Amino acid sequence: MLLQAIAFYVFAAVLVASGAMVVVSRNPVYSVLFLILAFFNAAALFVLIGAEFIAMILVIVYVGAVAVLFLFVVMMLDINIVKLKEGFLDYLPIGAMIGAALLAEILFGLGVLGGTSGTVSTFSKAGAQALAIDNTRAIGRVLYTQYFYLFQVAGLVLLVAMIGAIVLTLRRRPGVRRQRVSDQLYRPKEESVTLVKVPSRGGVS
Amino acid sequence: MNDIIGLEHWTLARPELFLAVATSLLLLYGVLRGEASTAFISIATSVALIVTAILLFAPYREGTAFASLFVTDRLTTTMKALVLISSAVALLMSRAYFERAQVWRFEYPLIVALATLGMMLMISANDLMSLYVGLELQSLALYVIAAFQRDSVRSTEAGIKYFVLGSVASGMLLFGASLIYGFCGGTAFVQISQALLAGKAAEIGTTIGLVFVVAGLAFKVAAVPFHMWTPDVYEGAPTPVTAFFAVATKIAGVSLLVSVLMGPFKPMFPQWQQIIVAAAVLSMAWGAFAALRQQNIKRLMAYSSIANVGYVLLGVASGTEKGIQSVVFYLAIYMVMNLGTFAIILLMKRRDIMVENVSDLAGLGRSHPLLALAMMVFMFSLAGIPPLAGFWGKLYVFMAAVEARLFWPAVLGVLASVVASYYYLRIVKVMYFDEGTEAIDQPVFSMNRAVAFVSAVLVALFSLLPQPLSAIAAAAAKGLFP
Repeated sequence: MLLQAIAFYVFAAVLVASGAMVVVSRNPVYSVLFLILAFFNAAALFVLIGAEFIAMILVIVYVGAVAVLFLFVVMMLDINIVKLKEGFLDYLPIGAMIGAALLAEILFGLGVLGGTSGTVSTFSKAGAQALAIDNTRAIGRVLYTQYFYLFQVAGLVLLVAMIGAIVLTLRRRPGVRRQRVSDQLYRPKEESVTLVKVPSRGGVS
Repeated sequence: MNDIIGLEHWTLARPELFLAVATSLLLLYGVLRGEASTAFISIATSVALIVTAILLFAPYREGTAFASLFVTDRLTTTMKALVLISSAVALLMSRAYFERAQVWRFEYPLIVALATLGMMLMISANDLMSLYVGLELQSLALYVIAAFQRDSVRSTEAGIKYFVLGSVASGMLLFGASLIYGFCGGTAFVQISQALLAGKAAEIGTTIGLVFVVAGLAFKVAAVPFHMWTPDVYEGAPTPVTAFFAVATKIAGVSLLVSVLMGPFKPMFPQWQQIIVAAAVLSMAWGAFAALRQQNIKRLMAYSSIANVGYVLLGVASGTEKGIQSVVFYLAIYMVMNLGTFAIILLMKRRDIMVENVSDLAGLGRSHPLLALAMMVFMFSLAGIPPLAGFWGKLYVFMAAVEARLFWPAVLGVLASVVASYYYLRIVKVMYFDEGTEAIDQPVFSMNRAVAFVSAVLVALFSLLPQPLSAIAAAAAKGLFP
């Protein structure tokens, strides 16, 4: 238990620290890298509470896809971070107010500021753990049976997203040179090689 | 567990399954053949939509499938048939427009088919989760086709605007759904209904959840005060897409609203009735007044669609069997009127350039008497002048509202309809009495002409034979009131 507690505090501290670094870091590439670090630590926290499926999804989807996409965008667009941060102080009061409201909500939810603390604690142990099967297996049991329909329709939604992305962005430009490997391989010898008789000390003109 | 994906589930969802498989095969064909296949795929998709509509009734089945995530009954089947017909007709009308805009690509019919599939799935939703995935399938496809004319700034703007605001609406819907899930302990409509009957209806959390869900759905059908995206999107999107938006998405959205409100949330009728009445009255009024000064006919039709949603919502708000019957009745008539009107709007071009101002219709009465006559029929019908079909639609809705003792909303609706008739009649006046500078081109697209004239005949002669439609509407509404 002690080891778990230590692990929790280490991961949580790194998570919060890297979250802060995402915001304050001057170089946007560093921000994204800190974001990836934050995702890894969040995944570790999920493993600690026994939600290994969500942990792996977090790593695969957020680190593997989303963060890498961010990295591409940040590197491709020339973002001037100084300009971006110009209005920071103007928005600070309203941002601080929203932050304070959210913090107050969490404290109310936990029952620190009075009120009833019911809802947060009742969901402490998931049903899957009570059945003594790991939650990947538990999701697998219902995903392709009970929720088969939703799974299929989600697939259709992704199909639409794919068609839409292609149809709205793909452009066929004239004059683009493409490499056609089969054409290159099937070129006959006559077209590609000429034998030239080179006279001694004359060179090829 | 085996019975969850057994054969009987597939037979219930057979039309949807057919449409999904047909779309996938056509997509494969299009990818292999490239742009050359566009004409074939467009026709084949329309045929697939019609076949799907036939499959709904041959043979007709009802029940729940896929672990109660999916339901079919009379109401959903009728609504799906309306959606399928309007999608197929909107698709058939779109070729000439896209060819001129040089974006006639094979993806367009397929995205329309996928959007239609999404509408069918959301109409058939029996769970908040299947509601959401169906809605997203529909919305995502609609965002894409709104921006389909990607080299036009207005079309792109329409797509982005629709996407951003639609995502906000989806967020509101999800927020409400999560509250309802939290308070009722389930997402299935049956569970929600049971929890509400067991006393959860009185809790503030479920009420807030309901409000957010209704707000999200009101956004999708463009009811005031969630209408602000409609004029811009309708104006910016390519005209055939606007026709599709104005008809198919409205029918699907209203159907979803009906099945959610009259299904799981029926125990909370007093709570949601206030919201729907307010939205209905505001939509009727705003749709009437804001359209008065519009010059662009697509914007005008956008406001007209907002007003029409108001009348439909008045039927929903009555919450009675008569009310739901009037909703189905109104939507069917609305579909025919709007498809016909958009068929004529799609024919409006001068020197091969699309024109879309009301003033461009000037002199149509002399240059194209038949077309002008058809347009006049639609405008009189939209204004609700007897004996055209639109009059009966409004009459049914107002009768249902009065029977449910919604006197004030009904009176306000009649007044709004009087205001609205000004701008419908203005179009007739422009067509017949204004001097046109230059006549619009001789229409050549036989499909659009056919749609316009068939719709005009249906609207004009509806009074002779209204029984079949009212019988269908009555049968559809009956399922909700066992």
